Amino acid sequence: MPAVSDGATLFQAQQWVAGYADPVVGPVSLTLSRGEIVGLSGPNGAGKSTLLRSLLGLARIHAGHWETRPDLVWRYLPQRPVRPAQAPLNGTEMLRLMQADRLPPPARLAAKLDRRVDRLSGGEYQLLQLWCTLAGPGDVVLLDEPTNNLDPEHGQFAAQAILDRRSAHGTLIVSHDADFLARVCDRCVEVSS
Amino acid sequence: MNLAPIWDPVFLLPWLAGLPLVLALALLGTLLRLRDEWLAALGLAHLATASGLAGAAVGMPPPLAAPVGALLGAGLKYLTGKGQNSAYGVMILAGWSTTLLLAANTALGDALAHAVVDGQLYFAGRLEVGLAWLAGGLVLVLLPVLMPHLLRARFFPDHELANRLPIWRWHLVFDLLVAGVIAVATMTLGLMAAFAFIFLPAMMAFSGARSWRGTLIASGIIGGLAYLASFVLALALDQPFGPLAVALLLIGLGLARLRPRLNASGAW
Repeated sequence: MPAVSDGATLFQAQQWVAGYADPVVGPVSLTLSRGEIVGLSGPNGAGKSTLLRSLLGLARIHAGHWETRPDLVWRYLPQRPVRPAQAPLNGTEMLRLMQADRLPPPARLAAKLDRRVDRLSGGEYQLLQLWCTLAGPGDVVLLDEPTNNLDPEHGQFAAQAILDRRSAHGTLIVSHDADFLARVCDRCVEVSS
Repeated sequence: MNLAPIWDPVFLLPWLAGLPLVLALALLGTLLRLRDEWLAALGLAHLATASGLAGAAVGMPPPLAAPVGALLGAGLKYLTGKGQNSAYGVMILAGWSTTLLLAANTALGDALAHAVVDGQLYFAGRLEVGLAWLAGGLVLVLLPVLMPHLLRARFFPDHELANRLPIWRWHLVFDLLVAGVIAVATMTLGLMAAFAFIFLPAMMAFSGARSWRGTLIASGIIGGLAYLASFVLALALDQPFGPLAVALLLIGLGLARLRPRLNASGAW
């Protein structure tokens, strides 16, 4: 994979087509720099999540020109974070696992950190996973539907957390929530299959 | 109840052989449960039993032969992927069938199969003690290294893949470690006792602990206390160790399940 020469640019893709056995989405052209927040919007089934997964090597890139900075550290919040039925870890241990315990967590989250993660509500668990993704070391943060399971108040909290951490990395967000993307993103790229 | 045998030096070696194993099993059991792989332990124990008997049939010490089958099982488990209950079922049936066929067709195999199924810890000698402390030492050294990688792989499986980190080697080392410990434990404690010490302490700890650290401590304490109690009671009451240990752990499980209800009713 060729390396980008511009110091601030983390990766850039031209006419990017991604999928699994067959192409699902694209072509899409996109550049992401440190400090930037870029949204991927589009209807359900357009292949937004497939695009993210192809960046991580979890889906296939079928065509396009692609450059990235060498040795990028990726952090990824999947659309459905893994949540075992029984998981006797507390929130603090979960943050430590992802080296996300070096920053003081937001107050709303800090109050829940001594609880077992399998006893958090769906929204609380989503926020914990989001902070695990945002607060650890990384160059590129990929968030797939970060507002899943969140009510409007928690959605506001998620938006603020993403904005607070924006300078630490480049952020790419997939969401079906146009208002959320408008609130946090510098620009959006429309995706179609 | 006759407590005199407890102080007989002849029982020191069996006691020393069992102690590191139950602690190792209780700790490994927490990770197996979190990974939804606890059934694999029963499959590996059956394969270890069959392998130990096959070794005895050709003149090899069973505690040294047992890990061969368990490690082959670990290889199968690794190759078939995580959480494959069908593969564990095949391991259980293959181990059971081989064990009973070997037992039916060899005189030594018959005696050994009874000993392993009954769980006769009191036959343990210096070889078992040496292997047990080796297994316990490996768990003590490797588990702190493996733990963060395995926990991260459980909760954030895409993280290691996305960053091209070699997570496969942590899974493989863990599988081999589990197989080795279960093999030694099966030959020392007995088949179902080894499975019970990997399955039940973790199950009890999972329901009550407030943190992962607490889960590890609780599982180790439950396993250790159940071992001490069953060791003493089996000697004092002249009972087979394995079934008694399993019975005590099951009573513990029942009490652990009853306690929240008693708490709720105000009777506790």
